[in-house]
Amino acid sequence: MSTRRLPPVTQVGMVSLALIVASGIYLSAHIPNHVSLAPAVVLLSASALLLAGNLVSLARVQGFPWARFLEIARWALVAYVIVAGMIEYAFLRNHLSGGPLVVLTLSLVVFAVHVPILIGFTVARYHES
Amino acid sequence: MAHAAVSTRGAEVGNGPPATIERPDFQIVPRAGLPIVAIVLGLTIAGIAVNKEWPLTFLHVVGGAAWTVIDLFLGFVLGPIIGRLSIPARVEFTTRLMPKMVLIMPTVVTVTLAAGWQLATKLGNTQTSYPLHGWIVASYIVVGVMAVIALGLLEPANIAVLVEMKKPRPNPEVIERLMKRFIYTAGATGLMQVATFVIMTRLAAG
Repeated sequence: MSTRRLPPVTQVGMVSLALIVASGIYLSAHIPNHVSLAPAVVLLSASALLLAGNLVSLARVQGFPWARFLEIARWALVAYVIVAGMIEYAFLRNHLSGGPLVVLTLSLVVFAVHVPILIGFTVARYHES
Repeated sequence: MAHAAVSTRGAEVGNGPPATIERPDFQIVPRAGLPIVAIVLGLTIAGIAVNKEWPLTFLHVVGGAAWTVIDLFLGFVLGPIIGRLSIPARVEFTTRLMPKMVLIMPTVVTVTLAAGWQLATKLGNTQTSYPLHGWIVASYIVVGVMAVIALGLLEPANIAVLVEMKKPRPNPEVIERLMKRFIYTAGATGLMQVATFVIMTRLAAG
């Protein structure tokens, strides 16, 4: 099995997903009442930072099999964009608007990007060149 | 049907040449299932657009039942059985089960959650004034935890096992490690499903 040292992409990705889930639960628990967006924005920002951190740390790995990663991640991206699109449609169908819509949409973007990264990474880490 | 060979670890440590296990050829994402997924997702979009109680209840209950039953059955019945199978049997079973799971699980989860959210909104259950609002929030939390486990660990392990098995010479150590991860996380989400049962029956009882 490959002994290449890799950054903790899966663990960081799970924390990132947990943060946007927490943000979504916070907003969903208060909608349609007025809700302060600050906690949700903080959680979303932290989640997006972890996503960026994951990408940067992966980019610094010597000899990472990017071709394999992209081969898997792009199809996973297609699938999760469809899932995120359906959730977004449910929000729009229920006339969600303003700040909560922006925060939830950006959360869906982080979700739709980060899950394919985790799938692509898990596959690529076992790739033997 | 085409077959490929998987070498076994036990044989590799012996003196003879590595023993190989025949595994049937398979598609990581079964293309024949894609039209069915498209139809189910289309019905869910139509259900949300129409916003009638019966179709939304149908989609939520059927999707939710499939989700919980598969999670529980996989985590507590099939999982331990797979762990005790011989390597050739495990390989054959995995190549037949896992590609189907790639399509089934994301679809039933998406249908259940999308239809459930729409139904709850229509019935006013998402309002903070709803008497059982605390239970609704509890369901968000349970689903959220399950989602993080499934998306972060289970789904990547599922795909990675299939990609590994597709290789001309799959590494049994990698498959074993990923299958363990798959079975343990399926067990964990199975346990969370018990919490879902408690919450959903409490909400149904009013």
